[in-house]
Amino acid sequence: MTRWVMVADLRRCVGCQTCTAACKHANATPPGVQWRKVLDMEMGHFPDVKRVFVPVGCQHCDEPPCLDVCPSTATRKRDDGIVTIDYDICIGCAYCAVACPYDARYKVNKADFAYGDEPSTSEAQRFDDRRLGVSTKCTFCVDRIDEGLEKGLTPGVDPEATPACANSCLSQALTFGDIDDPDSNVSRLLRENKYFRMHEELETGPGFYYLWDAE
Amino acid sequence: MNGVTPRLQPNWDWRAAGNFTFGGTGTGFLVFASIAALGGFPVRLPGLIGMAFVALGLTMVWLEIGKPWRFLNVYFHPQRSWMTREAYAALPLFAVGGLAVLLDQPGLLLTAAALGLIFLYCQARILRAAKGVPAWRAPLLLPLILTTGLTEGACLLLIALSLLGQMPAWPVIAAALLVVLRGFLWRDYLNRLRMGAPSETLAVLSSFGKIFLILGHAVPLIAFILGATTPGASLYMAPAGAIFALLAGWAMKYTIVTKAAHKQGFAILHHPSRGPKGTGGPGVKPGWN
Repeated sequence: MTRWVMVADLRRCVGCQTCTAACKHANATPPGVQWRKVLDMEMGHFPDVKRVFVPVGCQHCDEPPCLDVCPSTATRKRDDGIVTIDYDICIGCAYCAVACPYDARYKVNKADFAYGDEPSTSEAQRFDDRRLGVSTKCTFCVDRIDEGLEKGLTPGVDPEATPACANSCLSQALTFGDIDDPDSNVSRLLRENKYFRMHEELETGPGFYYLWDAE
Repeated sequence: MNGVTPRLQPNWDWRAAGNFTFGGTGTGFLVFASIAALGGFPVRLPGLIGMAFVALGLTMVWLEIGKPWRFLNVYFHPQRSWMTREAYAALPLFAVGGLAVLLDQPGLLLTAAALGLIFLYCQARILRAAKGVPAWRAPLLLPLILTTGLTEGACLLLIALSLLGQMPAWPVIAAALLVVLRGFLWRDYLNRLRMGAPSETLAVLSSFGKIFLILGHAVPLIAFILGATTPGASLYMAPAGAIFALLAGWAMKYTIVTKAAHKQGFAILHHPSRGPKGTGGPGVKPGWN
């Protein structure tokens, strides 16, 4: 079996938001919609203050709360763990958006462009009105993965088959791969490092692992 | 920490709240009107009023969805989605309720009321299943929503009875007991949330709770007691108290759905080690009490 996951090394992330920009570029999301975003978290009290940059987005959970609540079956989970949305079925009730503990889902009701009321040339070319009035979220760049696999490439290793955010990460903080493969890059990282998953107490089984220290 | 602390969910507004508000009132009213109908209370108009409330709630949520003309897709996921189950529960509710009205049959109205309870239960489960909102997924919200719907129904019956110039003791006692139960459930719901919830949620609910308990519980109970102990006063004191308790229930659901619905936010269990000699440490959960 295959289970695609993302590993984010919190020791490496510098909060540059290149992954966010790459995601927007790859998926043509409208202003205000960030399928991959990087949180800037502060902790401690002055003068002993630390900052941590935390990439977040859809966690492609094992038990996705968004899937359970979806009344239309637009939200589905593939055998490889990727949670998808069928824009042609979704009714835009946003129940999934309130059910998601990771704030990963967006619903945009009307077209919005970066520079005023009119789309730029790029926005006009890539505008997809099927995304209006429905839920959207990170897909782990599922099209790249599927097309890459068809070409015999390995997602997480070959850039052409890897999500845009992981490809663009300048500090190699984001790593994508198959956790069911013991020899994969993500399996190796998880063996060699301490990690946690966010909101694990909610029993969603997130497919997003955060490295924080060496074993 | 902007963007990190739990933010108010932006998706479900007053229209979604209207579904829970009017759905609860309508089904609760069907329950009490059907019981009253066994003792001679009319079937037709109360049946219509109960169903109208439910229909109004559903219409409001229909106005909220992004693709309203795909509304039939809501029926696709009965295996797991409480929203689908709510939609299914509405079908026999309207069918049997419609027959009850058409045939003027108290027994059918009672059946419609039982279906209404299923509808109400589905509504409560809809909120409970929303894992992203701590104030909704709290276990005690389920009995709170159920009790609130029944309280509103009993209160609406008191108002209807007063318009007919009647005020038997049993609906007043039922409404009073439900108001007391709702008050206790509210207190426990809030106390449980205080053990772990977004600070903003607690601030909103704590602030609302003071007014809610006074206007939605103390005032109605005083009115019910005054009505019961003062000869001839029940006919206007009971509905006066009922109006307060009814509006308080609506306000409670509106507040929970739209004002106290802060999302989970973000948290890390550990902060990362940095540098060759760095060590990791405890994490942070911003915006939680």
